[in-house]
Amino acid sequence: MISDTEKNGPRTLGKVRTHPTQNEALLFEKSSPGKRAYKLPPLDVPAVNSAKLLGAAHRTTPGLLPELSEIEIIRHFTRLSTWNYAIDLGMYPLGSCTMKYNPRVNEFVARIEGLAEAHPYRPESLSQGALEIIDLLRRCLLEITGMDAITLQPAAGAHGEFTGILLTRAWHESQGNPRRKILIPDSAHGTNPATAAIVGYAVENLKSNADGGIDLDALTRQVDEETAALMLTNPSTLGVFESQIHRIADILHAKGALLYMDGANMNALVGKVRPGDFGVDVMHLNLHKTFSTPHGGGGPGSGPVACKAFLEPFLPTPVLVQNQDGALRWDYDRPQSVGRVRAFYGNTGMFIRALAYILANGPDGLRQTTEDAVLNANYIRKKLEDVYELPYQTASMHEVVFSDKRQAARGVKTGDIAKRLIDYGFHPYTVSFPLIVHGALMIEPTESESREELDLFIDAMRSIAREAEENPDLVKSAPHSTRVSRLDEVQAARKPILRWRP
Amino acid sequence: MPYPTEYRYTREHEWISVEGSIGSIGITDYAQSSLGDIVYVDAPKVGDAVTANATFGSVESVKAVSDLYSPASGTVTAVNEELKTAPDKINQDPHGTWIIKVELSNPAELNSLLDAAAYEAFIAEETES
Repeated sequence: MISDTEKNGPRTLGKVRTHPTQNEALLFEKSSPGKRAYKLPPLDVPAVNSAKLLGAAHRTTPGLLPELSEIEIIRHFTRLSTWNYAIDLGMYPLGSCTMKYNPRVNEFVARIEGLAEAHPYRPESLSQGALEIIDLLRRCLLEITGMDAITLQPAAGAHGEFTGILLTRAWHESQGNPRRKILIPDSAHGTNPATAAIVGYAVENLKSNADGGIDLDALTRQVDEETAALMLTNPSTLGVFESQIHRIADILHAKGALLYMDGANMNALVGKVRPGDFGVDVMHLNLHKTFSTPHGGGGPGSGPVACKAFLEPFLPTPVLVQNQDGALRWDYDRPQSVGRVRAFYGNTGMFIRALAYILANGPDGLRQTTEDAVLNANYIRKKLEDVYELPYQTASMHEVVFSDKRQAARGVKTGDIAKRLIDYGFHPYTVSFPLIVHGALMIEPTESESREELDLFIDAMRSIAREAEENPDLVKSAPHSTRVSRLDEVQAARKPILRWRP
Repeated sequence: MPYPTEYRYTREHEWISVEGSIGSIGITDYAQSSLGDIVYVDAPKVGDAVTANATFGSVESVKAVSDLYSPASGTVTAVNEELKTAPDKINQDPHGTWIIKVELSNPAELNSLLDAAAYEAFIAEETES
């Protein structure tokens, strides 16, 4: 049969064959004049003279918009969607991003009509259900973090950082001096220094010690009365738990500085330790990482900020409070508040999903997810440490960071290995981060993966390591099985083409 | 690529070349090869003050954004405008491409910098670890 096909050219027998167009043109390129995806009824109200109403702003030539039929649009986006890679297709080991499975029960609950259709302008008396969800989520997150107060407003992690440092600044101002600088370890997420700068602080770099953790002597030297806070990710971006965290908190507090925790890696701590118990003053959570709500194009994020009681007066307005009669209401009378950081109350759809995840798992289930996330990362570490260089020997938590040192000797870099991984059907790991590891391969499997999927990934990584020895050019020119071959990232960054031109 | 012996170097991989009271500052070959293809340089403006060991800007590559640390204190007298459109000049000729020029306020600071031999020993050590 196969030889028949070869003889007769491309396979044309059978029901299914490849669509003639493998590549998808832009909507603009597919446009033809007069096509519509809608049909309006005849005008049954008086016509408006738009030229008169708009004056100088009135447009005489219509905008150049693509004209297509409904099915053409549907097919365009459906085809594009098949080019995508998603957690629902396979493992997505993008370190630091916690690309865990988004359980269907979350989606089911979020689509319940009364919740999906809730409107922020609906009166409080008719919104008690939605408010109860927000309140219960707040209480769950406070229990998990060991903090005293929380705002759910911030729309993502970096937005949470911004809010948390605003609180820090507001508190220092209330003490008479906003202070001048914020300390940030060299292993930090790039958003940390950006946050500090946006809130008006100078950023001071803190060198990691040989284990990839905070160097306590350096910290002691650098903390002074002008230090507003240390922004610390724990576990660090190397996936290493900061075992000296109590002493770090003490060193800061002795000088009146605060400890901010970037909660990006909270999925390694839930149910095990609580930041509130180890000296953290203010922190953010990523519901779209730790609490399984979609991200990476799948939905908006959510970055709640939890803090100790002394920061509570500065939380963004409004704050959810309970009346004597048990009813919930929004309190806008917050004279010391930093103000709103987002319209309405935050990304409520994500609150529903996160709460569904928390309640579906329960305390023991959440603890189990933490243990499984750590177990999976250490399984990968153990199975790959003989072929990939492990720059830090410290025990791993939820992610493991290798370097490309051995492969680089053959000219194969972390970016090449990542692209070759695509050929094996996996989303790449995080490339070249954290910056303190030269040529980093940052792998985070999350608890979602079964041993079978982890073994497939390990086989792929070991196979690539072998290829790097035997046939480095194969890896350096990957990917080979994708619709488009290796893209010119440098040109894309230096001379990006951002719009279609006729 | 050789490290010019008349330059002085920081442990953050910047070089400074001094003529009279003006120091030209760039990044080393080691820095550019670690960063990879540079796509953007964020430099201060003429007249801005820079401080020894403090950041004065950043370089962005396809891989990462990295802070630039000033080898010495002073006032910016010139910014290499060419890097706005051709940041890859740094990849091609790291030791011949200055990013800013600075009127030095305290030339004694230069004494604490590394000479070429000490810098090469330093990066050999970094590559080892």
